[in-house]
Amino acid sequence: MQVHVDQDRCCGSGMCVLTAGAVFDQRDADGIVVLLAEHPAKQDWDDVREAESSCPSQAITVEEDQAAG
Amino acid sequence: MATAAHPSTPLTVPAARGTCPFDPPPAYEQARGDQGLTRVRLWDGSSCWMVTRHADIRSVLRDRVFSADSSRAGFPFLSPGRRALTTDRPSFIRMDDPEHARLRRMLTADFMIRKVASMHEGVRHLADELLERMAAAPDRTADLVAEFALPLPSMVICLLLGVPYSEHAFFQRCSSTMLRTDASPAEVTAAQREILDFLTALARERRSAPDDGIISRLAAAGELPDEEIASMGRLLLVAGHETTANMTSLSVLTLLRDPEQADRLREAARRDAAGDGDALDTAVEELLRYLTVVHSGTARVAVEDVMVGGTLVRAGEGVLCMLNAGNRDEDAFPDGGRLDLERPGARRHLAFGFGIHQCLGQPLARLELRVALPAVLDRLPDIRLAAPFESLRFRHEMGVYGLHELPVAW
Ligand code: HEM
Ligand code: SF4
Repeated sequence: MQVHVDQDRCCGSGMCVLTAGAVFDQRDADGIVVLLAEHPAKQDWDDVREAESSCPSQAITVEEDQAAG
Repeated sequence: MATAAHPSTPLTVPAARGTCPFDPPPAYEQARGDQGLTRVRLWDGSSCWMVTRHADIRSVLRDRVFSADSSRAGFPFLSPGRRALTTDRPSFIRMDDPEHARLRRMLTADFMIRKVASMHEGVRHLADELLERMAAAPDRTADLVAEFALPLPSMVICLLLGVPYSEHAFFQRCSSTMLRTDASPAEVTAAQREILDFLTALARERRSAPDDGIISRLAAAGELPDEEIASMGRLLLVAGHETTANMTSLSVLTLLRDPEQADRLREAARRDAAGDGDALDTAVEELLRYLTVVHSGTARVAVEDVMVGGTLVRAGEGVLCMLNAGNRDEDAFPDGGRLDLERPGARRHLAFGFGIHQCLGQPLARLELRVALPAVLDRLPDIRLAAPFESLRFRHEMGVYGLHELPVAW
């Protein structure tokens, strides 16, 4: 799985940090998203998918591995 | 398309609630089961679309084809006062990106999760103090709204902004006028002016006598004129005031009516104190979902033709997203009419809105609720309602739903 974040779109809601704190954080200066793990560990995949769908400003996109389905 | 199914007179919104004061208006819930969007009528005879399904609300609020700019033709106003409110110096809640993002980003650091988490002890201390004072009443009764639910978030937001709490009676009067859907345009404009003038003067003062509040910081940064700072301050003051206050009092009432769920909250609080906050997080999210205090419809206007849930919305047509109806949508929340403090996925609720305007203060609101609700049940274990349930006055006429007062005894 590969995760992308678009800092220009992010509105700093913090939803991703609540949902998948191992993968997302917020910048100190302005609360904008930072990606902690571009290739998250398997145990975080469900949370990352949830973070993608609940990000209010569509700043998170997830690419699933073809092989893993 | 949707309209043909209901040839009768269109529904006028906001619609009345039914017998249960915790449930959304039955007409919204019925519309949710219909196909497409619902054509509804507003107070001034104009029409717009009502959106009631969870997925449709998400897609409207995150689509940049829908504008939050109330100066655009077709923007739906819920009352004459609302129209007056948005013409005098709108704050960024009524702007689109990139202007909205530029202003919002001046505040996102103040409300980010880590920053807000560091306020936990302070908020707890305030809550304990308020409850201690309240519990000292010789007749062991109090109005929980006036003595606890309202002062707590009010003190917190005043501290954050650097606004003297001694002025809270003034703010409460103004913000409640601004939120009343039955206030006249003249009343709303006057209330809004009073706050703006006060905050403009405060911003000017903070340039020469700074403190560590948000207003002072914005003034020192020198990017905004004093009137813009005042407009932002007003948004934070109003948004940070009544929302959490009403969530707190309504939640307490809900728990008083449902002892089993109250026990679940106590258990969640015990686990939180032992270091595992997940159950308390879920309980708070579920109360936000179930109660959805921002209930009167989140307004947008389409700037291009767009399909939503099988209905074509034309450029220049307004939409109202009924967050309370979306939060009971069975497709998103099975058995959504039931309060279940252990509900998986409760956080998908729309109580804070969705899209780029999703509540800026949500981490703070969550923190305040996580502190306030366990504190009430802990400090007043025998708390009960001190008036018949039927006599309670719910805030039907306010943009933020809740209770005018909550008489309790212990
Ligand atoms: C339980 C408490 C709260 C609820 C239910 C709530 C709900 C909401 C909702 C639904 C919106 C979106 C409005 C729209 O899209 O038009 C919103 C926006 C906003 N809220 Fe809250 N809110 C709460 C607490 C707070 C607090 C404590 C603050 C500030 C300290 C705050 C500040 C704001 C601001 C500034 C916006 C505008 C954001 C923007 O336009 O980008 N809210 N809130
Ligand atoms: S959920 Fe989306 S908008 Fe919110 S902080 Fe994360 S990336 Fe930004």
